[in-house]
This record gives sequence, structure tokens and C-alpha cells, in this order.
Amino acid sequence: MTGKTKYILMLLLVLMIAIMVVSSCIGAVTIRLPELVSMISYHTGLSDQQDFQPQQAAVFFNLRLPRVILGVLIGAALGISGAAIQGLFRNPLAEPGLIGISSGATLFAVMMIVLEIKLFKQLTGIWSFYVLSIVAFIGAGITTTIVYRIAMKNGKTVITTLLLAGLAINALTNAFTGFLTYLANDAQLRSITFWNLGSLGGASWQTVTALLPFVLIPIFGLPLMSKSLNALALGESQAQHLGINVKLVKRIIIVMATMAVGASVALAGIILFIGLIIPHILRMTVTADHRFVIPASAILGAALLTGADLIARTIVAPAELPIGILTAMIGTPVFLYIIISERNKNALR
Amino acid sequence: MIKVRNLTFKAGKRNLVDNLSFDVKKGELLAVLGANGAGKTTLMKLLCRDIKPDQGEVFINDKAITAYSLTDLAKTRAVLQQHNTLSVSFLVEELVMMGRYVHFDQQPGLHDHEVLKQVMIETGITHLAGRDYNTLSGGEQQRVQLARVIAQIYDNPNACLFLDEPTNGLDLQYQQQIMVLARSMADRGYTVICILHDINFASRFADQIIMLKNGKKVADGTPLSVINTGNIELTFNIKVKLMASEDYDCPLVFPAAAASPHMQGM
Repeated sequence: MTGKTKYILMLLLVLMIAIMVVSSCIGAVTIRLPELVSMISYHTGLSDQQDFQPQQAAVFFNLRLPRVILGVLIGAALGISGAAIQGLFRNPLAEPGLIGISSGATLFAVMMIVLEIKLFKQLTGIWSFYVLSIVAFIGAGITTTIVYRIAMKNGKTVITTLLLAGLAINALTNAFTGFLTYLANDAQLRSITFWNLGSLGGASWQTVTALLPFVLIPIFGLPLMSKSLNALALGESQAQHLGINVKLVKRIIIVMATMAVGASVALAGIILFIGLIIPHILRMTVTADHRFVIPASAILGAALLTGADLIARTIVAPAELPIGILTAMIGTPVFLYIIISERNKNALR
Repeated sequence: MIKVRNLTFKAGKRNLVDNLSFDVKKGELLAVLGANGAGKTTLMKLLCRDIKPDQGEVFINDKAITAYSLTDLAKTRAVLQQHNTLSVSFLVEELVMMGRYVHFDQQPGLHDHEVLKQVMIETGITHLAGRDYNTLSGGEQQRVQLARVIAQIYDNPNACLFLDEPTNGLDLQYQQQIMVLARSMADRGYTVICILHDINFASRFADQIIMLKNGKKVADGTPLSVINTGNIELTFNIKVKLMASEDYDCPLVFPAAAASPHMQGM
């Protein structure tokens, strides 16, 4: 990695932290920066000065901080898995939501709720979140594998086949989810709606702890795949000739990406387009080198989702806009722009 | 050095490569000629270990290729395939550095940068270093890909270089440049196997020529010994004429009168 890309990574990190701070301060209970600093230094034992209201501390530690951290984790998960999936499919349009990963996760999560699986009902607290995440991960894994199998031919993804396979899988899983919705009772309906719209409203220390391993493993694991992903841009056999164990790399990437997306969907519902636009913006503006795109997608994804969540919970205060609606509103135009620019690029050739 | 012994690859009942045996010495360039469907590409895939033969074995430096680990194989042989498209665009220098991937873990070392610089000078692409690969012409792209492949085995003079129709779709100047580079690699001790369409290019640059038909060897030997009207008619189903070349032992080959019965059928 060149000095320039290291510098940009640092800048993105600073941006992310700045957004985290801003998001921690703004809301129904306002916290000013000095108060935030005092709160943190008091609770970490750095200072015994208490320059803040107890109510502010309660809001910050119980509501806002877990929510900001959940946003960071989910944004990072969506960004990094989007970047890895695009590299793996050798296509800039591949996105967890578009190719059926998220809907597979949703279906399995909804199944757990509506069918009231016995084991699941007995679980309480954090364990239910863990199981939900694992089940969503399995669902995501199944749909990803199916779409991947359909879309790959001779080591290349056929883009139309990929998108159509994603469309078909989405339609199928949505049909099943719809069927489960039909069976659901009122309380269950609320949960299902939550999945389809996407929201960080369920944030708590429990959800954060449950999500942590599912996001941390890919965040540290996927950057190790960067070199292989670069080589895969040449084609699968070319990568193999360069000494890359393509089969193994594919498996690791699919497992890690679906792990991150599956758990994110289980805890925050479907949040579209973060995984699509973040890597794309980075590739367009800096470099396509995955050694940059992979970690940078995690950081920028975290920053963007935390920022979007800040808007989602303040724009219609005291009510809250589901964040999935917001990212779709911002993301769809960008998506269209990518399609049009790809079209123009191909027309030139 | 490459040894191929009794290599056979079947697709259904047909033998795409049929009991093929040959040797290529270190420092030599072997050209493989043959009509479309003669089994050249299948042979290349077998040599690269992309597919497993039904029978027979390929040895590189007296070790069966199946006995190599993936990374050792990558350090011992490099492959330039026919079709090279990039799904996302890279700068030329980033692309050439991919050839060094097997030699470093996450970030290239000093030596890798030196090799990169040297290879780019030798292949004449230094001026393209900062260009976006997808904006290059076909000829430039092929030279960059060749540079990537050379970088992979640059510090192992016992390595092999496999080129699958490297001059395809290029204009004469680029064809010449690519073949000169391939030749210079052989002269430096690399074992080079190159699939070619142009018979004259093959006889000009190769030490040894193998002609294939239906997966079988029609001829195998020095250009002078195998380039004759009989072998060429057998291999390509066309009548040709030979013409003595002024500064070279091997005669030039060109198609006989277009009105020959064979040509009409094509």
C-alpha cells in the first residue's frame, strides 16, 4: 500500500470517529462535547470531576453509545462484505441485498420468530440474539451459495445471470417470508416489519455483544484476502496460476461475508445499498486495490451508516424513520448512476 | 526443462490429447502448431495443471507437476492465457506487481519492487506504469500481461513460461515485440512453450516445433526438419508453397494458389 492510501485510511478513520462523536451528542437529550469528554474520563477513572448531568450519562451509556457502536459494526459489516462479494463475483454490481444474501437471512430469522421454534423460545437475553444471528447466517449462506453456483460459468460471473438469479432468489425467499407473515400474529408482525425496513432501534449492549464476533472476525479476516481478490480480478484460472488457492479463498470469503451480513440482518433488518455504493465510491476515487478497498469500505461504511442513523432518528423526531428507507433513498440514485456509467463505459469499447 | 510422457485427455470418447510425449530442454523455445481443435489449448491446460490428464504425466525439472504445491508451482511456471480481462481496473504497475504475489505476504518487499522496475524496463512498458490498464490498446495490454507473467518467475531461471497464442489479435509490430521477448526469455535459460498460429513466426523464433492434429503429434523437431509441405498439409489441410528465405535457413511458408480444391472447401 502506498503512503497515499494509508493517509486516506487515516482520514476515513478520523471521519468515522467524528461522526461517532456527533451522533453521540445529538438527540432528544443534548450532550455538549465537554460534557461527553467529562463523562468518558469520569467513567474510565481518568478524572473524578463530574461536569455532566446524571440523566445525560444514563442516555449516553444505555442508549446512545450502544446505538452508535451498533451502527459502526453494521456499517462496517455491510461495507466490507459488499467489497469482498464484489471482488469475488468480479462484478461491481454484486451487493448483499441485490443477490439475495439479505433476504435469505431475513427468511431464516423470520422463520425462527413465527414458527416459534421450541428451543428458541426457551432462550432469553443475549443467547436469543446469538442464535438468531447464527440462523440468519445459515440462511444467508444458503442463498449465497445458490446464487453463486447459478451465476458462475467457467470461472466467470455472467452479470445478467447473477442479477436474475438474485432476483429469483429474492422473489422466492420473499414469498416464503410473505407466507410466514400471513401466519404471524400481531406481535410477530411488528418484528417482521422491522426486518423489512431495517432499523438500529433495537440497539442495546446485548445486541452489540451478540453482533461483535460476527463482525470482528470478517473485519480482521477479509483484509487478509485482499491480495487474492486482486488476483481474482484477472480471472479464476489466472489467479490460480499466480499461486492463489482459489477454492479456499472463495469459501473463506463467502463464509465471512455472509457471516457479517447475516448477523447484521438478524439484529437490524435489511439495510440496502451500503454494501454497493461504499466500495464503488472508493474504487472510483482512490484505487481498485483491495488492500485499500476492503479496510476502507469497513471504515466508510461504519461512518456512513452511523451518520445515516443520526439523520434517521432526528429528522422526524420524536418519531424515528427506519434507516433502511433512508439508505434506499440515498442509495438507489447512486445505484442508477453506476448502471448508467457502466453502460457508457461498455458502449465505448 | 519439461518432460511430457504419454499424456492423454479424454472428452467423452474422443481423445483431445492423445498419448503425447515430448521434451523441451532448458533454454529452448517450443512452438506448438495445429489447426483449430487440434488439442493445443487442452495441451496448454494440462501443462498448467488446470485439468487432470486421464493418463500420463508432465514433469517440470524432473518433478511431476502434481507433486508441486500451488505456490511452488507458481514460482516454477508462469502462464499467459489467451483472454485476459480485468473486472476492475488497475494501474499498470499494480497489475505487473500481481506477478510477484506468490513471493510476498501482504506488502511487496524491496526485492519485489526491484524486479517490477527491471521487468518493466525489459518489456518496454515503463512509460505506461501509471496508466489505467483498461485504457491501453490491445497490444499494450498484452505486453503488460506478459510483463506480469515474467515478473512471476523473474528470479528463477529454471522456470518455465507458457504462452497461449500470445500474438493473437495484435498488429505486426506488437506480434514481433512479444515474440522477441519470448525468445529473449529462452535465451536467458527459461523453458518456453508457446502456442502459435503463424508458421513463419514459429520457425523464426522457436528451437523446436511440434505439430498437432486430433491430439496427436504429426511432427516434432527443429524448424528446418519439420517445416515442409507434407507436414503442413497433414496438419492444416492446406497446400502451401515454400520459399527460401534470404537470411535464414528455414523456408518461408505461404498458401498455394487460392483456387486449389482444398481452399475452396474452406
